[in-house]
Amino acid sequence: MIDLKNLTVKKAHTAFIKNEYSALDLSEAYLKNIEAKNKELNVYLEVFDDVREQAKEADKKIKAGKAEMLTGIPLAIKDNILIQGRRVGAASKILDGYVAPYDATAIKKLKDAGAVFLGRTNMDEFAMGGSTENSAYGVTKNPNDTSRVSGGSSGGSAAAVAADMALAALGSDTGGSVRQPASFCGVVGFKPTYGTVSRSGLIAFGSSLDCIGPITKTVEDAEIVFDCIRGEDSLDSTSVELPKTNSKHPTKELKIGVPRGFVEADGIDSEVLKNFNESLEGLKKTGAKIVDVDVPSLQYALACYYIIAPAEASANLARFDGVKYGPRLSGENGIGDYFKTRALFGPEVRRRIILGTYVLSAGYYDAYYGKALAARSAICADFARSFEKVDIIAVPTSPTHAWKIGEKSDPLSVYLADIFTVTANIVGIPAISVPSGKTKSGLPLGLQLIAPVGYDQKLFDVCKSIF
Amino acid sequence: MIDAKEIEHLAELARIEVGKEETVALAKDIEAILGYVTLVQKVAGGTEVPDGHTEHTPVNVMREDVNPHESGIYTDALLSLAPERDGQYVKVKKIL
Repeated sequence: MIDLKNLTVKKAHTAFIKNEYSALDLSEAYLKNIEAKNKELNVYLEVFDDVREQAKEADKKIKAGKAEMLTGIPLAIKDNILIQGRRVGAASKILDGYVAPYDATAIKKLKDAGAVFLGRTNMDEFAMGGSTENSAYGVTKNPNDTSRVSGGSSGGSAAAVAADMALAALGSDTGGSVRQPASFCGVVGFKPTYGTVSRSGLIAFGSSLDCIGPITKTVEDAEIVFDCIRGEDSLDSTSVELPKTNSKHPTKELKIGVPRGFVEADGIDSEVLKNFNESLEGLKKTGAKIVDVDVPSLQYALACYYIIAPAEASANLARFDGVKYGPRLSGENGIGDYFKTRALFGPEVRRRIILGTYVLSAGYYDAYYGKALAARSAICADFARSFEKVDIIAVPTSPTHAWKIGEKSDPLSVYLADIFTVTANIVGIPAISVPSGKTKSGLPLGLQLIAPVGYDQKLFDVCKSIF
Repeated sequence: MIDAKEIEHLAELARIEVGKEETVALAKDIEAILGYVTLVQKVAGGTEVPDGHTEHTPVNVMREDVNPHESGIYTDALLSLAPERDGQYVKVKKIL
């Protein structure tokens, strides 16, 4: 019996090398868990039918002494990341039947390392949402409390890791979609510096915001997955090579900034705030210095995000027209085909496309999209100023714990739950959510640490020294 | 003020068929969302590109327009994804 609960990537790797169990044994253990739990939790949209073959290939590599850290590690992949020859659909009816014609760059790197793909995980349709309730294939339930959501949009990936239905997972983060479900499920979620992981093969939502990121049980595992998938890529025109940073930052010299006024504004749950303050006390005990930072433009962050993201989405999703791929519904004429086919988008996706169309339309462009770009510049400048004074900024990952399935029916109220996560995407900086304890009723909470552009390694080092 | 008529117009621009009931619901939702995001209008400054282009500001990286892949090697893989196909063409309804 493999102890999946306490298993990490490194432990599994060591066990493979020492021949304690094989990659096939490990994949079998996860498949067994998936078999037992997936019906209730709805984590996987598809479990691949060749998992055992993949694991056997990994075992060959291990036997040959060529094992890398991720060789034979069973991973869950969000349903918006392409794996050649496999179904992928962004949890949308508009991609029903679509088979990926190529590998995402992140996938290619994982394949080269010999990782095993267990299946594709549920998500909010086109990554729009924070609960997976917008999936065309039903909600993913939270493994900690099945009456609640797993968060989103990478809810399936986070629940997979939390419920031991995968050792690690890939998600994507456009406004918090890796970090928030990680916090709701009690696992680690990392959003890298924009451009460090190639977007090639990630189904586009908001291209200036989208990042692929790992969801794992430990910070070290997140670092291992990130180190594998990162790197400049000629297939992504905004990809960058991460600059080398001095990674040794002892916490006793660490200055952590807290935007107090922002954190304590209306809407934050009292248990979340209490837990956040306790986390800060814990950080102080390790020698870190906690200081207040004033980031005045943060008040515009969410509004800025909910203009830029729908604007980019409305442009990106124009490609789904029933001509090149996906199903086509027949209308009266050519343009009628578009209207019928694009009605396959779910309600939230339709809402955002229409919102994006509005803010980009000639009469309103300056008042909305133009002003959102100005706000983005102001927020970037404010963060640059803050990072002159502090090394890291700390905020809660989410203002609430996981909510009840069906509790939030009004779209704006769901958007407001993204208040603490969208900023890292707007500015393009790295951020990590680490488990910070539980509410009285046992629901996980997350602490979010944010670093300047390129200081991804610093977040890992700080988190590893603290947690 | 966004009304159902404006939603119909936007849906037409976005090429999405929406039902009558949905236009009313969408008008209400979009109105509420716009009411919130209007907050950005308090930000100083316009749409000009800001100064201070730092080393980490994302930029588009272009490659030289050279060394194309062999013509046609991806054609079949991509065309096979189209809902309707006629030989080497994607088939659509008559336009003219």
